[in-house]
Amino acid sequence: MLEILSEMFSYAFLVRAVVVGLLVSLCAALLGVSLVLKRYSMIGDGLSHVGFGTLALATAMNAAPLAVSIPVVILAAIALLRISESSKIKGDAAIALISTSSLAIGVVVISLTTGMNTDVCNYMFGSILAMTKEDVTLSITLAAAVLTLFILFYNNIFAVTFDETFAQAVGMKTGLYNMLISFLTAIAIVLGMRMMGALLISSLIIFPALTAMRVFKKFKTVTICSAVVSVACFFVGVVCSYLYATPTGASVVIMNMLAFLLFWLARLLTLKARGNGAKAKRVSNF
Amino acid sequence: MAFITCQNASFAYDGITVASGLNFSVCRGDYLCIVGENGSGKSTLIKGLLRLKPVQSGVIFTGDGLKANEIGYLPQQTDAQKDFPASAYEVVLSGRMSIRGLRPFYSKSDKNACEENLRRLGIENLKNSCYRELSGGQQQRVLLARALCATRKMLLMDEPTAGLDPAATQDLYKEIEKLNKDGGITIIMVSHDIPSSIKYASHILHMKGRQLFFGAASSYISSGIGSELMGGALNA
Ligand SMILES: Nc1ncnc2c1ncn2[C@@H]1O[C@H](COP(=O)(O)OP(=O)(O)O)[C@@H](O)[C@H]1O
Ligand SMILES: [Mg+2]
Repeated sequence: MLEILSEMFSYAFLVRAVVVGLLVSLCAALLGVSLVLKRYSMIGDGLSHVGFGTLALATAMNAAPLAVSIPVVILAAIALLRISESSKIKGDAAIALISTSSLAIGVVVISLTTGMNTDVCNYMFGSILAMTKEDVTLSITLAAAVLTLFILFYNNIFAVTFDETFAQAVGMKTGLYNMLISFLTAIAIVLGMRMMGALLISSLIIFPALTAMRVFKKFKTVTICSAVVSVACFFVGVVCSYLYATPTGASVVIMNMLAFLLFWLARLLTLKARGNGAKAKRVSNF
Repeated sequence: MAFITCQNASFAYDGITVASGLNFSVCRGDYLCIVGENGSGKSTLIKGLLRLKPVQSGVIFTGDGLKANEIGYLPQQTDAQKDFPASAYEVVLSGRMSIRGLRPFYSKSDKNACEENLRRLGIENLKNSCYRELSGGQQQRVLLARALCATRKMLLMDEPTAGLDPAATQDLYKEIEKLNKDGGITIIMVSHDIPSSIKYASHILHMKGRQLFFGAASSYISSGIGSELMGGALNA
């Protein structure tokens, strides 16, 4: 095992990919807890499609992919937040509109310029070769920002996630937190999508939170477990993809799926073990 | 001087007025029930009192030493909360948010206040239970304890008994009465239940897009305005 790892890490591109991947997985999992609980996790899917469109444009214009994608995806994130807050169009419908439009623009741009080739496949399903030094720097900055947010403002994030109206009523700037979370999500998506693939990146946001929620019942433990599961799944996924020469993104998603099934099974078993005794024991004041 | 005074206030969504002609005041120790059919603007008024929604015209002001952030709030429950992974303790503690201010973490006194309110509502044994696994009545008690963490003066509640069975509803009414009578906490509550409102409240505000009635609960009975909503039971 150690041999395999040291062999893997003798490739500089793999080291970069693993560093970026671990940091993005960590951030996506933390942000995902809040997004999933607020029923807003589809934003990840929407933004990844916008990311796909901007990557295609950047390639066509011969521009640096991050420089084009990050500002556009951030704008899309803010727009989606605004639309879902004003509730004129329902949030999920708005996301579908924006994501299919971007996908269509991306596909047309690609077919007009380079034509449908391996590039498209890489954008859709990810490529481990895509990570540069710039990505590493940016993902370290992102992780620092997300961790600071979650450690210093953990209690506020809980309050906004659990009950936004109450938080607002006691004087919290809830709009600011929503904006910050969307903003960081946008960056995490753009960073992760070239490796994980536009079609698969949103799983990093959704899976870990849902997995953690199978077993844990407190916000704190769900948050911590989600981060740990996400990082572990990414690492195992990358190693497997190296060993069996499978695509990285898909391998990581399969690990997340297995973790979800495992946690789900664990809950079923503990429920069975406790049996109906627990139900009877449940204190009932009412 | 009153805690909250509402002078000729009205509220609108996208320029369409949904509630108007609101003239009433709530004094220290009052127990006001806001009644009216669905869509009559009750929740909108509550949001206005909390400064979550600006008035379209008129004014709302606080007095008698009540600051705008000293109002505890019990919102209508949302679907998302029903399966939220959180312990009762985490939920109640979040009520101390406005008192905590800019400090990032909760202090000993925040935790003590939280424990005290859990005890006050008789749910200290549920402290480590998962919120989503509690019964509807227990969940409302948790949210009530959270609101009490934010205030010692005034509670605003939007249909606190919605979705509770009759026994749990009566228990919650008694709990609220205790907070009002023994705790000296001023109550403003939206309710669909006119008989209970008359039984427990000191004042009634009846809305139907505008203010139909405001006054003491006893004079509400003689006004006969509520009899329509009660299906004539008032005359019986
Ligand atoms: N966010 C909103 N946007 C537009 N109209 C709204 C909104 N919220 C409520 N309304 C309208 O305002 C009126 C009053 O609603 P509400 O205050 O919720 O009534 P109640 O709580 O008495 O049932 C209703 O006609 C409702 O359709
Ligand atoms: Mg209402």
